[in-house]
Amino acid sequence: MKLQHTLARSLVAVRTWPFVIDLGLACCALALFAAFVHTGEYWMGRPVPVVPISTSIWALPVYAFNSIFRIAIAYFLSLIFAVTYGYTAAYNPRIEAWMIALLDILQSIPVLSFLPPVVLAMVALIPGHQLGIEMGVILLIFTGQVWNLAFSFYSSIKTIPREMIEASRVYRFSAWQRFWQLEMPYAAIGLVWNSIVSVAGGWFALIACEMFTMGDRNFQLPGLGSYLQTATIEGNLGALFAGFAAMILIVVATDQLVWRPLIAWSDKFKFEQVEAADRVTSPILALLQRSRVFTTVPGRVWTSLEEPIYRRLSRTRECRVIQPSDDSVRGRVPPGLWVLAVALLSAAAWGGAQAVLMLHTITWPELRLLLESAVATFLRVVAALLISAAWTIPVGVAIGLTPRLARVVQPLAQVLASIPATAFFPILLIGLVKIGGGLGIGSIALMLLGTQWYILFNVIAGAMSIPSDLHEVAQIFHFTRWQRWTRLILPGIFPYLITGMVTASGGAWNASVFAEYSHLQDRTLQTIGLGAQIDAATDNGQFPILLLATILISLMVVTMNRLVWRKLYRLAETRYKLEG
Amino acid sequence: MPETATEKIVRKPAAESIIRAEKIEKYYAQPSQNRIQVISATDLEIVPGEILALLGPSGSGKSTMLRMLTGLSRPSAGQVYWHGQPIGDTEVNVSIVFQGFALFPWLTVLENVEAPLQARGVSAEERRQRSMRMLDTVGLDGFEAAYPKELSGGMRQRVGFARALVVEPEVLFMDEPFSALDVLTAENLRSELLELWANKTMPTQAVFLVTHNIEEAVLLADRIIVLGRNPGHIRTDFRVQIPQPRDRKSEPFTQLVDYIYKVLTQPDVPAPAPEPLAGSRVRDQRQMHYQMLPHARPGGIAGLLELLLDKGGRDDIYRLANDLAFEIDDLLPIVDAAQLLGFLTIEEGDAVITESGADFANSEILRQKELFRDAAVRNILLLRQIRRAVETKSDHTVPEEFFLDMLDEQFSEEETQRQMETAIAWGRYAELFDYDAGRRRFVLPDALEEEATAGEEAT
Repeated sequence: MKLQHTLARSLVAVRTWPFVIDLGLACCALALFAAFVHTGEYWMGRPVPVVPISTSIWALPVYAFNSIFRIAIAYFLSLIFAVTYGYTAAYNPRIEAWMIALLDILQSIPVLSFLPPVVLAMVALIPGHQLGIEMGVILLIFTGQVWNLAFSFYSSIKTIPREMIEASRVYRFSAWQRFWQLEMPYAAIGLVWNSIVSVAGGWFALIACEMFTMGDRNFQLPGLGSYLQTATIEGNLGALFAGFAAMILIVVATDQLVWRPLIAWSDKFKFEQVEAADRVTSPILALLQRSRVFTTVPGRVWTSLEEPIYRRLSRTRECRVIQPSDDSVRGRVPPGLWVLAVALLSAAAWGGAQAVLMLHTITWPELRLLLESAVATFLRVVAALLISAAWTIPVGVAIGLTPRLARVVQPLAQVLASIPATAFFPILLIGLVKIGGGLGIGSIALMLLGTQWYILFNVIAGAMSIPSDLHEVAQIFHFTRWQRWTRLILPGIFPYLITGMVTASGGAWNASVFAEYSHLQDRTLQTIGLGAQIDAATDNGQFPILLLATILISLMVVTMNRLVWRKLYRLAETRYKLEG
Repeated sequence: MPETATEKIVRKPAAESIIRAEKIEKYYAQPSQNRIQVISATDLEIVPGEILALLGPSGSGKSTMLRMLTGLSRPSAGQVYWHGQPIGDTEVNVSIVFQGFALFPWLTVLENVEAPLQARGVSAEERRQRSMRMLDTVGLDGFEAAYPKELSGGMRQRVGFARALVVEPEVLFMDEPFSALDVLTAENLRSELLELWANKTMPTQAVFLVTHNIEEAVLLADRIIVLGRNPGHIRTDFRVQIPQPRDRKSEPFTQLVDYIYKVLTQPDVPAPAPEPLAGSRVRDQRQMHYQMLPHARPGGIAGLLELLLDKGGRDDIYRLANDLAFEIDDLLPIVDAAQLLGFLTIEEGDAVITESGADFANSEILRQKELFRDAAVRNILLLRQIRRAVETKSDHTVPEEFFLDMLDEQFSEEETQRQMETAIAWGRYAELFDYDAGRRRFVLPDALEEEATAGEEAT
């Protein structure tokens, strides 16, 4: 009793706060609902390919909302697709290898090459509504987000410990129960971290594709990307900075309001035997967990929904008989998948034939130009990577070895890395024009902007992970500076450096499409490169060139992944792994 | 064999058994038409009212046997029946308690126990009641809202038991349930399990325990089956007649433990050779080309020999294990390895050191390596081959792949890896060859040194 009295104040807080939080949540829900209705009306309306864009700052919130909405829808589509794809691949050993190889190739195609075919297809599929154009853009963002999510889900499922699977089988879980109680929770952490990468990729694509020209058709959708591009074309610096600020605000807000709570929450899915000492904390999550509505309502709704499902499932054969697994015989492919596979194969064959016919029209000079462009872009990507590594390694190590500095700089680098490179471009472009530089060197600078942050924050993390006893060893034995770098620091950060370089290399290839060709005010800036070829082909509606350029760029990415990155990755995993 | 404590099983009529396995085998087909036999044709029955312990060294296929009997894994040949019906066609009511607990870390203790009931469509209310009752029974009341990672190992395994028992299984399977726990916790859980079983608090008709701990088997089981390996087969099957509660120090108890040790270390009576099927050759590992290397470290072999020498060169293996506080899974590979190298022989369950063994145990480290090298080259084909290969090749290196391919013919993929690891550990110790992990190649030790000095001179 006495204890309760002394705690009276905190008790009051506990009682009143949740109510306020509940109210706040309700308001948010209402606002979201209104926004959905508004967007729905706009989408179902007549198609307006070119929505006029105002560069007034007051128009910015609506544009930002439009863009966020596109990202969100694309993200949920990607999530559903990734889970379905990963699940199918993991449980059908016959098609598994094919599906993973396909994923590998799709992942290496730069997002922006998908633009024209996807938008045209969607406009044709949904005629008469704005939804067609919107879906085109959303699908494009989708292609920028989905692949790594699918990979993550697939590899999570493949690594579920054997005993856990056996437990779910001997206790006769249905596929439904196994999905929600074993597979999904096991994959959750991977999905959350990959979602962060994915959404950053989504923004990259979105900024670039809300406004574009294709042949004689113009498309321009209301959104942050169009706003930034319009501001660039008009040369309106004020608007440009406002848009850029909005972008940073969105990135930071997403980090604080969505990712941090999600990471903190997903901690309970960590598959570990002991509780970890340091965890990510999130005040937002703590706040939400105090809301009575939030903690009880979804759970109750969920339970009342799933009870009948479980009751029905328990009567099926799946839940009554344990199906013995054959470790010596491979699994059977269900007939539905065969039909699907045949359909896909014939579609691919038809598409391939069409493509060959299309490529037939390319002339020799065009081909030569394309090959030269390929070399130019390749050199540019390599240069961008080398320059990034050259400055980020010393700086990153210096920061990482000073814990106080690292605590400030690391989150900053992380935010910088998640700002889409495409948002940086307009600012840099204007700067370039002011000092009179061309795009030949300028595009390297543009790529750098997109790539170096990944390497930086990975190097910082790597330097921080080197155990202090190894530093002490270096000190005791009076290592020279050279020895310290070659024997301790470089091997120590190697795995992190490779992780950063791989992400950065993907980013650089993607950026090349955007960086080598640009409209500014009434001029078109351009340099020789595959990216420029892709952009120009899109602008002029030359599909054969677009197709060949895309094939070339994908080939280069795949080759580089296979020959360079994969080997380095293996080396990092076997030889330079610091723990056990 | 002590007559008082055991009795050979007299076959009971098949109708009584809950689970009956008929000539079940497990083998893996190899691309080259060979088969790797894991378990040779075996009959086994689980009858109501008994705790049956399956005992065997690692590699005898205990766990595989358990998975075939529960219907989790299909035998390569033969059939498992559940009350007379093929196990893949009927509703089977069994549970497994796993070595690694296999709890879902994202579910609370209560949710973990409720999950199997949910799969059976039990209503939410009843689910809760039954789970709470079972948590009470295993002594976990008050912990229902905790997450598994907040609990100690022993508590976690209690959750494992509660989850297994809540569905009221006819047969409770346990796959080395106590081996991940510390000694005291394990002892405590064992006696509680026995209590539940004796008081019939446990709604279970039979218990099937897989273990490599001989004392555990003798302590708990009404019947013990000892498996031999390469491939797995039943070596002996007998009933334990010591009344419960059993005293570890009593004469019949120690006699029985001793007897089982003898069975396990005796030169194996060849298991009935599986009949070769038309078209595919069956390779029994005893007719093979490469010996199966026991997974023991050279240091362990030296330690065992020194201990044995201390005891006058001859001792009972059971007593050795006791002195070392080792379980058979830890000790047998070392004994096997020493035997393979010709450092000791087994006579009547006693380990007897040989002349070369005594020489080895008496020497200092460099001489030990020399003796080990001689013994290894003399007795072990794989090491001899690797050494010869690195000696004869002009650049003194040979890729690991080459030997993996040859081992692959004989062993499963996993075993091939382990064989190679052991071979590398022995070869490095004996300085027969070195292994470059980065390039995955075997290297002649001197060649490696030369390379290193050459490299340093260059820089």
